[in-house]
Amino acid sequence: MKLTLRIWRQKDRDARGKMVAYDVDGLSADMSFLEVLDVLNERLTTAGEEPVAFDHDCREGICGACGMVINGVAHGPQKLTTACQLHMRHFNDGDTIDVEPWRARAFPVVKDLVVDRGAFDRIIASGGYISAPTGSAPDAHAMPVPKVDADSAFEAAACIGCGACVAACPNGSAMLFTAAKVAHLGALPQGQPERSSRAQAMLAAHDDAGFGGCTNTGECTAVCPKGIPLTVIGALNHDVLGAAVRNR
Amino acid sequence: MVVSGTRDRAASTTKATTPTPGRKAVYRSTVGAKSVMAVTGLLLLAFLVAHMAGNLKIFFGAESFDHYAHWLRDIGAPVLPHYWYLWIQRGVLTAAVVGHAWAATALALRARRARPVRYAHRPKVQGSYAARTMRWGGVLILLFIVWHLLDLTVGTVNPVGNPATPYANVVAGFAPSRWPVTLFYTLAIIALGFHVRHGLFSALRTLGQRTAKGEQRARVAALGFAVLLVAGFLVVPFSVLVGLVG
Repeated sequence: MKLTLRIWRQKDRDARGKMVAYDVDGLSADMSFLEVLDVLNERLTTAGEEPVAFDHDCREGICGACGMVINGVAHGPQKLTTACQLHMRHFNDGDTIDVEPWRARAFPVVKDLVVDRGAFDRIIASGGYISAPTGSAPDAHAMPVPKVDADSAFEAAACIGCGACVAACPNGSAMLFTAAKVAHLGALPQGQPERSSRAQAMLAAHDDAGFGGCTNTGECTAVCPKGIPLTVIGALNHDVLGAAVRNR
Repeated sequence: MVVSGTRDRAASTTKATTPTPGRKAVYRSTVGAKSVMAVTGLLLLAFLVAHMAGNLKIFFGAESFDHYAHWLRDIGAPVLPHYWYLWIQRGVLTAAVVGHAWAATALALRARRARPVRYAHRPKVQGSYAARTMRWGGVLILLFIVWHLLDLTVGTVNPVGNPATPYANVVAGFAPSRWPVTLFYTLAIIALGFHVRHGLFSALRTLGQRTAKGEQRARVAALGFAVLLVAGFLVVPFSVLVGLVG
């Protein structure tokens, strides 16, 4: 298999980047997208050129480290799939593929395809947790959770924080990420004491980071590798506005 | 401290130093701006439904339609003097349009700032046509409102333009020879239909609709309202055009 990759190359935060084309051949249809970049990087390194920087870790689709916009779609054309689990059988021999980093003011490019997702950490730090006394692990049945609540909480908790929602959003909004955590903790009994303050504080941190507002377009959920539903954003709006109306 | 997520150290330190933002901060947030859009949008939608229903009076004849139009000036009588209700409603609707447009502009500018470097490769978004035409569709509708007021409220661009004879104004305004006007009206109403389709769904979501079943209902309701409005508003000019009303 032979491909032409047009990849965003940017030396560092302050440098001007540009798309650079590379022909890569000798590829297998069973390779993952990241393995194609590995092949390219090996060749670049051997030739004494700078390899393409990209984030990756588990390569099993569960850590959220990898992420790139492939032909304009975050994580590429395959639904519910991270870039590391995207295989080349979904492309055709001879294709030209554009590879770009997540584009958002709140996600500055560090180098090539690597962006600084620290804004997500700041949103989580602002309220994406519960405060509870520590001790030995409680009995599993000490606090009953209805099955529907457990399921909706888990669905939201499946977020791996990759940032694809921001990359895909026409408004550069991180509302799906922020709301996933609000919906996750808000659905469980342990999350109730801080439910209002959490929603407000996480929204404030989201807005402060420079993300855009949500217009319910649904681009985020279309590219989300974990299929976080758009309804979580309703849960965030509900908690934020409910808190404002009750003035808490 | 038991912490959900990974940032236990950061969490425990910010918890102590960050006070809850409070009500004012909420209204200044992106969700606050969206709420302004949602509430004003629902208000405007309620007006559109009443406006559309009133328009259909045209099928009961000139006398019935003109009588209805004149009654609009006397709603609330005898508590409210002649014209008062109409001006109160105009004031509220104008405030709603201004609030809606202000919030939309603020959010659009924010979205523009949120992505300073564009994608080199960006296929059409996967969301609905309605969702991605909200902003320009809104501008088109605003321009249409200006024309529409000049045509059928003030009467300056209407061939008859007599406030005493609204039926005659409508019949003259949508006469076959004025087909470009009817075409513009049709396009604007279709744009309105798309706007309402995404807007109503979006407004319900913004105001806290958060279940999967509710989302389905909201989508159906939004589509239903959009189709109802488009059909109800277009049946009048097309009836004039084909001579059913005249």
